[in-house]
Amino acid sequence: MLQVRNLTKIYDGGVLALDDVSFDAPDGQFLAVIGLSGSGKSTLLRCLNRLIEPTAGQVLWNDVDITNLSEEEMRWVRRKIGMVFQHFNLVHRSSVLTNVLAGRLGYVNPTWSLLNRFPKHDIEKAMQQLNRVGIADKAAQRADELSGGQQQRVGIARALMQDPQMILADEPVASLDPVLAHSIMQYLELINKEDGVTVLCSLHFLDLVHRYANRVIALNEGKLVFDGAPQEIDDQRFKEIYGKDAERVG
Amino acid sequence: MEKTPNGSDKPAVTIKKASLKSSILRGSLFALAFIVFAYGFKVTRVSFEQINSPDRQASLTRVLRAIAKPEILEYEKIEKIVELGVYVPCQAGARIPEPASPGEPYLVMTPACANPRSAITLEGFNFEPFSSGPAFFIPSSEVKLKLGDFESGADGRFKIETKLPPRPDEAMQTIQAVTRINTGAPYFTQTARQTWGKIIETVFLALLATVFGIILAVPVSFFAAQNLMREITAPMSSLALAVLGWPVGMYAGAVIAGWIRTLSERLTGNPLLTLAGLGAALLLIWFLGRWAFPSEEEEKRPSLAMRLSRMAATVVVAVAAIFFLYMLASIAIVAGELLEERLGSLDFLGAFVSSLGEILHLLVVLIAALAGGAAFSGLLARLGTLLYRSLPKAWIFVANVILGAAAGAMVAGLLAAGLNWLYEFNNYTRVFTSSLLVGAALGILVAVLTRKRDAIPVGIVVYTITRTILNVLRAIEALIWVIIFVVWVGIGPFAGVLALTLHTIAALGKLYSEQVESILPGPLEAVKATGATRLQTIMYAVIPQIVPPYISFTIYRWDINVRMSTIIGFAGGGGIGFLLFQNINLLNYRAASAQMFAIAVVVALMDYFSAWLRNKVV
Repeated sequence: MLQVRNLTKIYDGGVLALDDVSFDAPDGQFLAVIGLSGSGKSTLLRCLNRLIEPTAGQVLWNDVDITNLSEEEMRWVRRKIGMVFQHFNLVHRSSVLTNVLAGRLGYVNPTWSLLNRFPKHDIEKAMQQLNRVGIADKAAQRADELSGGQQQRVGIARALMQDPQMILADEPVASLDPVLAHSIMQYLELINKEDGVTVLCSLHFLDLVHRYANRVIALNEGKLVFDGAPQEIDDQRFKEIYGKDAERVG
Repeated sequence: MEKTPNGSDKPAVTIKKASLKSSILRGSLFALAFIVFAYGFKVTRVSFEQINSPDRQASLTRVLRAIAKPEILEYEKIEKIVELGVYVPCQAGARIPEPASPGEPYLVMTPACANPRSAITLEGFNFEPFSSGPAFFIPSSEVKLKLGDFESGADGRFKIETKLPPRPDEAMQTIQAVTRINTGAPYFTQTARQTWGKIIETVFLALLATVFGIILAVPVSFFAAQNLMREITAPMSSLALAVLGWPVGMYAGAVIAGWIRTLSERLTGNPLLTLAGLGAALLLIWFLGRWAFPSEEEEKRPSLAMRLSRMAATVVVAVAAIFFLYMLASIAIVAGELLEERLGSLDFLGAFVSSLGEILHLLVVLIAALAGGAAFSGLLARLGTLLYRSLPKAWIFVANVILGAAAGAMVAGLLAAGLNWLYEFNNYTRVFTSSLLVGAALGILVAVLTRKRDAIPVGIVVYTITRTILNVLRAIEALIWVIIFVVWVGIGPFAGVLALTLHTIAALGKLYSEQVESILPGPLEAVKATGATRLQTIMYAVIPQIVPPYISFTIYRWDINVRMSTIIGFAGGGGIGFLLFQNINLLNYRAASAQMFAIAVVVALMDYFSAWLRNKVV
């Protein structure tokens, strides 16, 4: 159970990126986060695992306030929260397998992993995850030799290596074409349904939201402007979220 | 420059009219440039008189001709002497012997006899075509007086105009023509052999300096990279305790290393016992290490008791490791000496092994001190974080002030000790009390200025200090550093290695850190999000990204070091530069030319090699 209470983030330049945002996400939910570019979606997701330090407010995860944890304790929380990125964020020159194994870094002993040694069962696990996303044959290739869709699947496999209870997906399909977008979203849906992993996914297209999410929250200039089921977004709500001049495309 | 707006809607015609203002500006810019160059000519003493002076041109020609004939190859030479009897002045009834047999070379003087100081023509016939040499006048004292140099044509004849020396004699005197003919296979001159030895020294000097430089520049470059250091912050209490912990931990580490050294020295007398100790230490490190550092962390954070016992095990492992290193060092020294005696011409291998042992023996104290400092300060920093998180606000403030004062006093005291050593104040009480007070005051100031939530940007402080040191070290050329190292380790290639290493660290540290700063931040974020530690993030997200530029810069630096090592000998740093400098000062340009030739060849070869390597690796 994720509970966000009055979360506020003000960047060093004085930009108010999140303004008193509160919501709950029960375990096993597929929660979409929508809003215009710059509305604070990325900041929100990064505040949840403290890649960005929130200025005020609380993030309770399994009833622990993670905004108050030390760096070392935070590592133990982060390893249970997988993250998928818009630009995949793979290490280009490393092999696909090494990129996937990086998902285990929170679990393996820091000293051994510095020597690039992973336990055998972790390597087997990595191959299983690659198999699951259908690119086991690419394991030995360099990550930047893969196409965009394949790279995002590596990103998902890396997140799965963490045995996550929650996955934060920051516009996972925004750099992909519509066909690939659906294929990636289906993997996330599968992980959500089969493994019961909570998914928080920021999205641009409303048709994707309708197709995959059980719930939507919307941000506008850092404020939470909508929280409800995808079907509840009518034209009136749409204008509140995206502004008066926006036109619906999806 | 015209400052006309470049809008597309304006017609191009408007550009043509230059305003008065821009004309004046342009005119004054031209005047300024004129003055700058005029002054530059004066300061650098540009002189066309010197360039055109015939004396200077003659010396230049001499030097260039010498340089064009590097002293590399030599031949055995046969001297062939042709003599002619002459009377100076003419003697009535005297007879000149006829030339020997036809076909042999012979000389003819015209006129056949003459007064001293009179002009004559000397001709030679039947000489080897294109042979050359000096012609002498040999009076009865047998002191050779040079008449001139001759060079025979294709027909074996020559003709020189010269003057007879003022040596009148009644008896017959001799004119001698000497030709030297190269015979046999060419062989290398003494200079060439010396140059070869020194060029090898030069290449290895560059190699060692580059390798040592890289080893130290890589870790330094991470401390000088802003994007990695910016994130490192710590609360005041934690920072102050960490600062206090460093010197204490280092001292403790050094003392413990000293004890272990005494202990290990008792064992090293007996080789069997040494080996047994080595094995035992290795086993202890392996098994206890496996327990203290399990390959996979548990699902839940281990209990405090477990963590404490692991910490204790780590300390035992560290002690065993120090013991192991001492044993290894003494074995290397003994084995190296043994090899040195047995290996004959390969004895340098033995010497290398025993040097490695000695270096290790010296380094263990340093390693132990650094490990002790890092461990103790890390422990205290955690304690500081704990204090910061568990104490009430008012108490944190009190703790910050006390710890800040203590840490400030400690830093200031250490600085004062350093300054005292450098400047020899010899007034301990005043120097130390005043610096301790100032340090404590500064510490309290920092503590008061930081509010509770504020984290002190330790990383940026370390970054700034590292950058400053690198900039200072880099600003001073290796050629100047070598002067200091010559004082320390004596004239020779070792001083050159140390000076070049220092400059390499500074230069590469800066270049490397700029590469770290330009990596993609995405992978860093992704690896951090998996729960990786800072070191793991560097290992998995930073290092793969910086390998190609690091290799590229290393090769570039290798090029620079090869070139630097050729002149570092000018200041006593060994290598070929020393020989070159000597020969230039002795005006022995043909020998200097051999060294310049060698440098050109080596630098060109290294350049091709590094280009090839760059293609292969990057």
